[in-house]
Amino acid sequence: MYEFAYHRPATVAEAVALIADEDVLPLAGGQTLIPTLKQRLAMPAALVDLGGLAELRGLRRDGDALVIGAATTHAEIAASDLVRQTVPALAALAQRIGDPQVRNRGTLGGSIANADPAADYPAAVVGLGASVHTDRRTIDGDAVFIDLFTTALEPGELITAVSVPVPRAAAYEKAAQPASGYAVVGVLVARTAAGVRVGVTGAGPCAFRATALERALDAAFTPEAARAVTIPADGLNDDLHASAAYRAALIPVLAARAVAACG
Amino acid sequence: MSIPIRLTVNGREAAVTVEPRTLLVEVLRTHLHLTGTHVGCDTSQCGACVVLMDGRSVKACTVLAVQADGGAITTIEGLADGDTLHPMQQAFHDHHALQCGFCTPGMVLSAVDLVSRHPDPSDDQIRADLDGNLCRCTGYQPIVRAVRAGAQAMRARPAAEAGARGRHV
Repeated sequence: MYEFAYHRPATVAEAVALIADEDVLPLAGGQTLIPTLKQRLAMPAALVDLGGLAELRGLRRDGDALVIGAATTHAEIAASDLVRQTVPALAALAQRIGDPQVRNRGTLGGSIANADPAADYPAAVVGLGASVHTDRRTIDGDAVFIDLFTTALEPGELITAVSVPVPRAAAYEKAAQPASGYAVVGVLVARTAAGVRVGVTGAGPCAFRATALERALDAAFTPEAARAVTIPADGLNDDLHASAAYRAALIPVLAARAVAACG
Repeated sequence: MSIPIRLTVNGREAAVTVEPRTLLVEVLRTHLHLTGTHVGCDTSQCGACVVLMDGRSVKACTVLAVQADGGAITTIEGLADGDTLHPMQQAFHDHHALQCGFCTPGMVLSAVDLVSRHPDPSDDQIRADLDGNLCRCTGYQPIVRAVRAGAQAMRARPAAEAGARGRHV
């Protein structure tokens, strides 16, 4: 790692002031950032540790939504009775991220801000129609992910919480890369008051909604209806883990399994 | 930039001054000479460096020492009570759950974290929870047997003993 300075602010306002400098990066759980620094793929002048910000932690029910602090860890989300009761698909998704040690440190906000194309949470943000709250605004879940490792966050903008509308039913299914656990493809299917939503991660440069699947499942919410949809491979990820065509084929298969799991 | 930090390591207070980029595992091994915590891959894959931080398992190669400031750390050196091995260590010994031993400290601490959350884990839970710990010798079967036996022995311990010396384990 290159040398860097370190700040541990006590308030969100203080943290936001510190990360306004473009050479400064926020540090959440560090499960991606620290390996990135070790490989010298990033060389920030300073890190701003969000670990001391109680404002960013915790889970609560707010009307029809579940509100999760950005610094809540994957392990906390997986083990939360509130999440298990309201959005069990999200608890199950969190339980399948990385390994126990990654889940004990990694955070929801950190994962969203990093926007890894194979991360799990983006499928939930898009598929559940979550809202991402920042220090200055609320970003609609559909508008968060722009491209590979690219979000709608402005420089210096900090995620503070995520609101998840409680769905009627939801399920997440993924084809996990066996060594890393990352999603080769992950599909979250949700039945909501406004219709079926399907969020896909791992398949493209960033998470997206599979609208063809949503239309088919709005007409008939059955595994067969999902399996009958053909997803074009154009623009999908093509790497050593899977070809674009394979990923395209996985999307309806995983969607069908998720529909079955919704019951 | 040098930052003073305070840790409680295996029940003892430790004050050290570190650079921001110093890893928790470097503090344990180099500053505090607790070399039972191993560095295998240094890329958070292998789990040889697993320690407990405030009772939960973490990969000490992927935590900055400054992030651990104020925290309670348990390393493999903190498990035994004098010459009496911790029940999980004893179970690894009894079930031949190691050959070269390099992965063992991390395996044992991951197992202790598992049992703290699931006192009676199924074999599937044991396998899933050891996902972050690699072993190149055993083929894992004896490790799973050891964790099952260690969990049983931990359940059988008197509560006072488990809570002795302010340990989380």
